[in-house]
Amino acid sequence: MYKLSACSSMACGISLQTMVLNSWKVRNYKQGSGRCTNVPRNVNLEKLQNNYLFPEISKRELQHLEKYPNAKVISLGIGDTTEPIPEKISLSMANYAHALSTAEGYRGYGAEQGNQALRKAIAETFYKDVAIKDTEVFVSDGSQCDISRLQLLLGSKVTISVQDPSFPAYIDSSVIIGQAGDFQDKTGKYQNIEYMQLGPQNNFFPDLRITPRTDIIFFCSPNNPTGHAATRKQLQQLVDFARDNGSIIVFDSAYSTYISDDSPKSIFEIPGAKEVAIEISSFSKFAGFTGVRLGWTVVPEELLFSGGFPVIHDFNRIVCTCFNGASNIAQAGGLACLSPEGFQAIRAVIDYYKENAKILVDTFASLGLEVYGGVNAPYVWVHFPGSKSWNVFTEILEKTHIITVPGSGFGPGGTEYIRISAFGQRELVIEASWRLEKLLSKGKSPFLTV
Amino acid sequence: MSLMNNLSTSTISSSSSAFLAPISFDSSRTQSVAFPLKNINVVKCITNPQEQQTAYKTKVSRNANIAKLQAGYLFPEVARRRAVHLLKYPNAQVISLGIGDTTEPIPDVITSAMAERSHGLSTLEGYSGYGAEQGEKALRSALASTFYGNLGIEEDDIFVSDGAKCDISRLQVVFGSNVTMAVQDPSYPAYVDSSVIMGQTGQFQKDVEKFANIEYMRCTPENGFFPDLSTVVRTDIIFFCSPNNPTGAAATREQLTRLVQFAKDNGSIIVYDSAYALYMSDDNPRSIFEIPGAKEVAIETASFSKYAGFTGVRLGWTVVPKQLLFSDGFPVAKDFNRIVCTCFNGACNISQAGGLACLSPEGLEAMQEVIGFYKENTKIIVETFNSLGFKVYGGQNAPYVWVHFPSRSSWDVFSEILEKTHIVTTPGSGFGPSGEGFIRVSAFGHRENVLEACRRFKQLYK
Repeated sequence: MYKLSACSSMACGISLQTMVLNSWKVRNYKQGSGRCTNVPRNVNLEKLQNNYLFPEISKRELQHLEKYPNAKVISLGIGDTTEPIPEKISLSMANYAHALSTAEGYRGYGAEQGNQALRKAIAETFYKDVAIKDTEVFVSDGSQCDISRLQLLLGSKVTISVQDPSFPAYIDSSVIIGQAGDFQDKTGKYQNIEYMQLGPQNNFFPDLRITPRTDIIFFCSPNNPTGHAATRKQLQQLVDFARDNGSIIVFDSAYSTYISDDSPKSIFEIPGAKEVAIEISSFSKFAGFTGVRLGWTVVPEELLFSGGFPVIHDFNRIVCTCFNGASNIAQAGGLACLSPEGFQAIRAVIDYYKENAKILVDTFASLGLEVYGGVNAPYVWVHFPGSKSWNVFTEILEKTHIITVPGSGFGPGGTEYIRISAFGQRELVIEASWRLEKLLSKGKSPFLTV
Repeated sequence: MSLMNNLSTSTISSSSSAFLAPISFDSSRTQSVAFPLKNINVVKCITNPQEQQTAYKTKVSRNANIAKLQAGYLFPEVARRRAVHLLKYPNAQVISLGIGDTTEPIPDVITSAMAERSHGLSTLEGYSGYGAEQGEKALRSALASTFYGNLGIEEDDIFVSDGAKCDISRLQVVFGSNVTMAVQDPSYPAYVDSSVIMGQTGQFQKDVEKFANIEYMRCTPENGFFPDLSTVVRTDIIFFCSPNNPTGAAATREQLTRLVQFAKDNGSIIVYDSAYALYMSDDNPRSIFEIPGAKEVAIETASFSKYAGFTGVRLGWTVVPKQLLFSDGFPVAKDFNRIVCTCFNGACNISQAGGLACLSPEGLEAMQEVIGFYKENTKIIVETFNSLGFKVYGGQNAPYVWVHFPSRSSWDVFSEILEKTHIVTTPGSGFGPSGEGFIRVSAFGHRENVLEACRRFKQLYK
């Protein structure tokens, strides 16, 4: 992990970050340790308030391990998959690698948009009934990367809305590209971003009647971090809202294979969506490809900018210029994932994580806490009313050596919540549940208001 | 701008960086779209004009920066022309010396490591999820010791990427839209194109074939392919590739010392592209950091693509020294790290295992063999064009041969060569206005193909 040598822990984010920045400047001028260039720092990067959320969580884990070297730390923080990839899939990747040493099997540059067989397989597996073509599927090295490529595509002059709470890459990439305006300490929000609040009070779906128009709407379902999967009715409302406003939805379906009920798995199940939506997705949580790096983005041909120019052309240009395709070995693995045997093997791993989620949900529910999610997504979203999530995070870490993620890392709407991810070995999840029960049963923790 | 140049009819050649699907437009659509269409060859229409007028449009404006781009990215356009040519001559034995795509198999020692890592992912002990976004420690360490051993570049100055092309764009994201940049002219198109996309440039000026706001540093035979720095306007960023794609020129120690001094005097940042360093035959610096003082003014990008045939495997690295500071003293590496953590999620772990194997003694030796093979190809091509009486440049320190066709349009020469010999090259103007009148011939190919291509060149130009 990159070491932030200038600062220790960042407990309260904002003011500490400013201090950190100033200390860098002061240190460097004082020590005369380096000449500065005359290149101005990108003001957009200055607007970022903290580190990206997940490296920050990693850092805290490392610090905790330094403090308690013998602690058996259990990570239910970063949504990092833990279970081995099914053999059929890794075998296909190994075979592909071996073949690269042969004249017949060697491949150089692949199509930037992805291997055609893989694009076809993705279209057939996930979009069969909604008539998405293989030519509308762009293979990526993961949705985090494509989110930024989409921002490059859209440019700095568009406005965005996000769910609040949401996966931090939408907001951070928006700030980086220059769409977001200044951070407002008072609200914990960026000036130009529309935060669509989600909570139990609105069934974790924004009230679109009071949502102002933005050019782009980032919408993740099943949701990270809340775990809520939008219903067909809700998504129809969203698509209609986008159509009425001429907006583009960027629909993140990374967790669609975790859906237990009949919630839509793709935005394109909704009539009219092809003209207003882009869908991003990933093999990370589907196939344990968090390190292998593979995902895809669907840009329908029908999606047009205001002047009538097809968005797919510009996305293709970005993909050809700023990217050079996902690793061919990873793509070979992806293709194996989508074979009948591969898919079946992966389902077993997904079910394993879902069982983990169930155990965690039951644990929190039995403690009388308000717990959400965990049914259609591998995240459990627990409410600690009246609390500050970083404090809860710290308390849990100190007292049970369990890493979680504080809800405020996902936006101001997450302030009183903790996200617990369900990726982990079963024994560890059970152990974690036991530790949490001990901590959170009556009287043991200041955060339990029951 | 030419729409068609953004798209290609599809060809299923996994070794070419082709194409999009058969979405195409005919000129009858011009009335309903806001941009001018150049003459387009493909006439297939997916909707009739009636439908097009009633097709739903969002209210999201197209990114004006992307609209500035004149055509598709260069190499997909070359691939498209190749595909069209194949349709015209289905039985032609087309030889590709265009896109710099490696052709020789990857040495066993490297692929075995990747296969082993793949197998490992199916085991409890061997499974790994998210890796460090900056790259696996062992690989970063090996890169530092292999390439920067005595140059004071440390492991944590190195960021592993999925290729230099991707990091070029990530660097642009770090720099933002309010910086100015200089490029060599001619140069690898990703520098200019990513700059346009980022919003650093003005409009394309057709009369000079340049984007406003970019400083184009002419590199021609007259100046030994090194810019006359006394005539170069200050910019924030200077992209500099050596050994150079497309000219093959390698800057000397003296020249790079002047470049570093120029950057120091101007407070500029050099982005030094060293992707072809191992092709160096002469005794020129392989890393910018061989020049004293470079750590305070330079970033270096590099790639496994042309060393290990990793063009499809996707692996590279970028060095951002701790000493490199923005004008307010803020370390560039810190911002680059933030981008790497937010806009990227690390290179493929299997590719990284391959990279580590590349840097083992056996791996390094194997890579040198493959590089030697391509260098021999280059020699053959250089000799061929020399024997035909052409002025030939490059080929000594890079796998590219830069052939002069005085007073001719390079796209015309490209087309003529393609039409008459079924050989794909790359027109020099695709790399910038000073590339006009040149053709880039790449030396990646099976030996028999390179020999056959040279036979055909001799036939055409005897």
